[in-house]
Amino acid sequence: MNVTFLLNGETVEVNTHPTQTLLDWLRETRGLTGTKEGCNEGDCGACSVMITDERGARSLNACILFVPQLHGKAVRTVEGIAAPDGTLHAVQQAMVDNHGSQCGFCTPGFVVSMATAHLNGRTDHDDVLAGNLCRCTGYAPIIRAAKAVEGAAVPDHVIDHPIAPKTTDFPAPETSDALAEWYAAHPNGTLIAGATDVGLWVTKHFTDLGDVAFLNRCKDLQQIDDQGDTLRIGAGVTMTDVLAAVRILHPSFGDMIRRYGSDQVRNAATIGGNIANGSPIGDNPPALIAMGATLHLRRGDTRRDTPIEDFFIAYGKQDRQPGEFVEAVTIPKSAPALRCYKLSKRFDQDISAVCGCFKITVADGKITDARIAFGGMAGTPKRAPLSEAALVGRPWSFDTIQTAAATLAEDFAPLSDMRASTAYRMDAAQGQLRRYFDDINGVETDVLGVTA
Amino acid sequence: MSVSKPLPHDAAKLHVTGQARYVDDVPMPAGTLHLAFGVSSIARGTFTAINLDAVRAAKGVRAVLVAQDLPFANDVSPSVHDEPMLSDGPIHYCGQPIFLVVADTHLNARHAARLGDITYDAQTPILTIEDALAADARFEDGPRIYTKGDVDTALATAPNRLQGRLDMGGQEHFYLEGQAALALPQEGGDMVVQSSTQHPTEIQHKVADALGVAMHAVRVEIRRMGGGFGGKESQGNALAVSCAVAAQLTGKPCKMRYDRDDDMIITGKRHDFRIEYDVGYDPDGRISGIVFTHYTRCGWAQDLSLPVADRAMLHADNAYLLGAARITSHRLKTNMQSATAFRGFGGPQGMLGIERVMDHIAHALGKDAADVRRVNYYGAADAQPTSGKRFGAEHSPKQAVDNTTPYDMPVTDFILHEMTDKLLTDCDYHARKKAVADWNANHATLKKGIAFNPVKFGISFTLTHLNQAGALVHVYADGSIHLNHGGTEMGQGLFQKVAQVAAARFGVDISAVKITATDTAKVPNTSATAASSGTDLNGMAVQNACDTIRARIADCLAEMHNVAPDTITFKDDHVHVAGHSIPFAQAAKTAYENRVSLSATGFYKTPDVAWDRIAGKGRPFFYFAYGASVSEVVIDTNTGENRILRVDILHDAGASLNPALDIGQIEGGFVQGAGWLTTEELVWDDKGSLRTHAPSTYKIPACSDRPSVFNIALWDGENRAETVYRSKAVGEPPFMLGISTHAALANAVAACGAAYPDLQAPATAEEVLQAVKRARG
Repeated sequence: MNVTFLLNGETVEVNTHPTQTLLDWLRETRGLTGTKEGCNEGDCGACSVMITDERGARSLNACILFVPQLHGKAVRTVEGIAAPDGTLHAVQQAMVDNHGSQCGFCTPGFVVSMATAHLNGRTDHDDVLAGNLCRCTGYAPIIRAAKAVEGAAVPDHVIDHPIAPKTTDFPAPETSDALAEWYAAHPNGTLIAGATDVGLWVTKHFTDLGDVAFLNRCKDLQQIDDQGDTLRIGAGVTMTDVLAAVRILHPSFGDMIRRYGSDQVRNAATIGGNIANGSPIGDNPPALIAMGATLHLRRGDTRRDTPIEDFFIAYGKQDRQPGEFVEAVTIPKSAPALRCYKLSKRFDQDISAVCGCFKITVADGKITDARIAFGGMAGTPKRAPLSEAALVGRPWSFDTIQTAAATLAEDFAPLSDMRASTAYRMDAAQGQLRRYFDDINGVETDVLGVTA
Repeated sequence: MSVSKPLPHDAAKLHVTGQARYVDDVPMPAGTLHLAFGVSSIARGTFTAINLDAVRAAKGVRAVLVAQDLPFANDVSPSVHDEPMLSDGPIHYCGQPIFLVVADTHLNARHAARLGDITYDAQTPILTIEDALAADARFEDGPRIYTKGDVDTALATAPNRLQGRLDMGGQEHFYLEGQAALALPQEGGDMVVQSSTQHPTEIQHKVADALGVAMHAVRVEIRRMGGGFGGKESQGNALAVSCAVAAQLTGKPCKMRYDRDDDMIITGKRHDFRIEYDVGYDPDGRISGIVFTHYTRCGWAQDLSLPVADRAMLHADNAYLLGAARITSHRLKTNMQSATAFRGFGGPQGMLGIERVMDHIAHALGKDAADVRRVNYYGAADAQPTSGKRFGAEHSPKQAVDNTTPYDMPVTDFILHEMTDKLLTDCDYHARKKAVADWNANHATLKKGIAFNPVKFGISFTLTHLNQAGALVHVYADGSIHLNHGGTEMGQGLFQKVAQVAAARFGVDISAVKITATDTAKVPNTSATAASSGTDLNGMAVQNACDTIRARIADCLAEMHNVAPDTITFKDDHVHVAGHSIPFAQAAKTAYENRVSLSATGFYKTPDVAWDRIAGKGRPFFYFAYGASVSEVVIDTNTGENRILRVDILHDAGASLNPALDIGQIEGGFVQGAGWLTTEELVWDDKGSLRTHAPSTYKIPACSDRPSVFNIALWDGENRAETVYRSKAVGEPPFMLGISTHAALANAVAACGAAYPDLQAPATAEEVLQAVKRARG
C-alpha cells in the first residue's frame, strides 16, 4: 500500500505493508535513529513523535503506530525539532541548560513531547510527560526545563501544514457506511483504530492480523454529538477528546481518564476500541456502566442499542457478532454523584488493579438508586448487584456503606496476578466504597490533593 | 578553572537533537545479520530433545546455533565459569538461552526464536528462600560471618531487646537502552566489537575466549550507554559473545539487541534480601549488640553475587557504631535470573536492614527515630582524640574510643553529626514532625509520615586489585587534546568530569578537550565502571597523564627561557613563562618542534586499601561518602495509595568537580531508590516465570512520582582522603537516600494504630494497606 505524508517538512511516499511500524521505518529504512526504541509497546515514550493533521499537533508513540495511519499527516521527529540552520529549539536549549539529560536515551522522546506541548501552549507538564520514562534524572531537571520555556515563542519550522488528505489504495473507510460495508464483507478482519492494543499484537506477539481496515479516516465515527441530556460519543473519538468532553461534565471521570495511559496513548486510543476490546481491566467500561451508558452497535445496515454492561458476557467474549462493530456510546451529561477511582501500582500510565466507579442516588437521606461497577475484579467489567441491593432503600450512612462493602465479597471473587492479590483487590474495592461515602460527604479523601 | 564548574553533560546537545549515537544507531554495513535467543519456558530441569526445523525454515533465518555449535568457550560468566551462553542440557531458569537465531532482520530473528520445539524433563524449581535452605542450594560452602565483640553477652545483658524481619524486593535496572552489541569481523580472524557495556575489558576477554583467540585480537569500543546502573557490568557478555561467534561463523557483521521483554526475562536484577535481626539496646536506643542474618536469592549463576552479598554485610552498620555485632550472610542459589550488580551493589539492602532496626527501636521506645539514630552515630571525625579540634562539641560523643566498623575498619571521616544538624534545621524537621502529628489528628483516613535517614557508603571496589585505572592523553600540535581513559559513560557525566580535570591540568578551556569512546586498544586491562569509582580512578589516571605531558612542555620551555620548570604555570589558555604568556597552542607547537613527546599514559591505584573478605577484617574502603535525607509522605488507609510530598537532601560530594552533574546524580539516585522501595515490584509465578517483564507491568517512577517539593544541597567540604581535587564519589550513595521514603511511609502507617506496622519492601499500595491493618492490630 502507498502512503504519503510529510516527514520533517518533506513529502515522502512510502510503499509499505500494513503493519510496518513508524519506528522501524524511521530507524531502519530512513536512517533516522534519533527516535529510540525503549519498550516497543507504547509504555516508555522514547519513540515519541509529533504528528500533525487538521486537528493540530499531538505526540504519539512511533513503536505502535503503523505507517498507513500517517496517510495525509505530518510527522516530525527529534531530528526536525531544531531549526534547519541547527539553532536549538527553546525546549532543547532549556534541556541543556537545566541538565535535563543524563544517559540521553529517553531524551529525544522527552524533547518531542515537550516541543509538542509547547506548540500547543500546554503547561500541565506532569500530564504531558506521564508517558515518557526517564531512569536517570528523577525528572526534576526536565520539569525545570519545561517550566523555563513556558510562553516562549513557537518557532515556525515546527508548525506543520500537512498535505490535503488523499484517497487511499488500502482499506481506510471514510464513513461509517463504508466501514459497515467493508466489515460485513470481511467479518474476520481486524479493525485498527488507534493501534494502542493491536500494535502490541504485532510487535510482541507476531500476530498475523489478516485483512485490516484503518479507522482513523472515518470522520463520522469521530464526532461527539450533544443531544440535550446526553452526549453521543463516536467509537473513533480519541481518549484525549473524551477527556476534553467530560472534564467539566464529569470531573471524577475526567480525573480518571487523565491517568488513563499517557498523553501519547490517549492521543491514539479510542473509546470504541477500549470498549470493543472487552478487557476486564479497561478503564472506560466501569465508568460507563456506573453512568448507565448505552452502546450502539452496527452490522451492515443493522443497528442495535444495548446497555453497556450487557455487552461484556465473559472473559474474552462480548455481545458482538462477526462483522459487527461499536459505532458509538451515549452517556448522560449529568451525573453529579458519579465517582471513579483508579487504583494502580503507579499513579500515572499504569493499568488498573481495581477500577471502581460509583453512582449512588440519595433522596431525603435514603438511597434510591445505586450503580456500582468494577474493572479488575472479575473476568469482565462488572456491576455489583448484591452490594447495590444492600444499599437501595437504606439510609445514607456509614453503617449502610460498611454492609454494602462487606457484600462485595459476594459479588466478586477477583484474581491474584502481578498487579494485585485477590485479598488486596477485595480490600481495596471495599476501601473505595468507603472512600465514596467520605468523598460525597466532602471529606478530604484524595492523596493527590495533599501537599506537604 | 574548569573543575568545580556546573557545565552541562558533554553530550547534552547531541542528546537533545537525537544525534547521540548508541550501539543500535551505528550505521551497519549491508548484509549485517541480526540475532535473537530462543529461551527456556521452564525454570528447572533438562531439555531432552530440540527440534529447530521450524526455526530454520522461518523467514530470513540464516543460521541457528546450539551449544554444540559453539567453537570454543561456551561461557559468559564474569566469575566462576558457571554460566554457559547456550544451555547444553540443564535448565536453570525460565528464560535461559538455549539456541541462537541468526537472521536478516531483528524482527525475523525475534519471530523465529519463538518457533523452537523443545522437550523438557522438568524438575521442581528452587524459588523461595525456604526452598533453597531446605535443599542447601547456595554459593560458597556455607554462610559468611563477620563478627565484632561478644554479641551474645551484649544481647543477654541489654536492658531492652527486640527481634524482627524485613523482606525487601529486588529491582529491574530498566536502563532505557536495552542490552545491545555488534561485531564486525576483521582480517585475520580479528574482531571489533561495539557493546553497550560498563566493562569493555571483560567483553574483550569473553569474546576472545569464545573465538579461541588472544585478547589482542579483539577490540571493544563503547562511546556511551543509554543507562547502565550495574546492569551492564556483566549482562552484556552474552550478546557480545553471540555477535562475535556468529560473525566469525558467517563472515558477516552481526548485531544483537534484546527486545524489552527479552531483556527483562533473560538478564539479572538487584538481589532481593530477607534480613532478620535481634538487637539489644539501652533506654536511649543505643545499640549494644546486634545479630543480623541476611538471606539473598542470587539466582542460578554466581555472577557477582559474592561481592554483592559482602557489600550488604559491609553496610549493615550504616552510620552507626555497633557495640557488638554478628552478621551472617546466606547466598542462595535459586532457579531465577542470576541477580547481578545494581547501583549500591548490596549496600542499599544491608543499609535498609539497620535503618529498619532504628525505626523499630524508636517505635518500641516511643522516641523520635532521628534521635535514636543520632545516639548511635559513629564518633565525629573532628572529635577523634588525634585531631582535638571539636572534641566535646555538642553532638560529639564524650569518648570515641571504639569507632570501628563490624569489619574492623576505624571510621575517621564521619561528618554526619554536622550534616544532620544542618539538614534537620534547614528543613525544619521538628516543627514539621509536630505539624504532621496535628494533621493526622484531624484526618481519619489519610495519614502523613515524616522520616530522616543518614547514609554512609564505602568507596572502593572490595576486590582490591580492581582499584586501578589507566588513561591515554595526546596533545596535538595545535593545542587540542585527545582524552581517553578506561571509564565508560552511561549518563553519569564521568566523561565531562574527567575532561574538566584534563582541561584544568593544562589550564585550557574545556572545548580544547576531545572526549573519545572507551576503547580497549587505547587503555588496556580496565576495571568495570562501577562501585562509584569512575571519577576517582579515571580522573586521577588522567591527571597523571596530563601532568606527565605538562611537565615535558614545562621542561622544554624552561630550558628555552632559562628558568626553573616549577616557575611555569598553565592557566587561562596560556603557559606563563618568565613573564611571557604563550598561548597553549603555541606552547604545544613549540614542544612538538623541539621533538617533545606530547602523548602519555597515566595510571592510578587507590592507596591504603587492604581487605580479607573471608575473615571480614581490614580496610576495604578508601573513604566514606555521606548523605542525609528527610521525606514526608501521605497514605490513604482505604487503599494504601501513597505519595511523596516533600524531600530534603544534604549530600556530601566532597569538593564537587561539577555540582550540576553531582546534583543530577543525587536527584536521579534518590528517585531510583524511592522507586525500589515503593512501586517497583518483581513478581515471579509459582513456576518461576517472571510476570513483570515490561513497563506495562513493572513500574519505575513516572514524572509525577518525583517529590513535588525536592530540595537538594551539597555539603560544603573537601574529601579528607586525597582524591582527585578532593571530590567524592557520587554515583551510588544518593540511591540510598531513597530509604527515607520507606521510613516515612512506615511512620505514616504507625499513625494508624499502636502495633508495630512491620512495613515490608517494596511498599506498594498493597503492602501499605497490609501494614495499616497490622498497625491497627
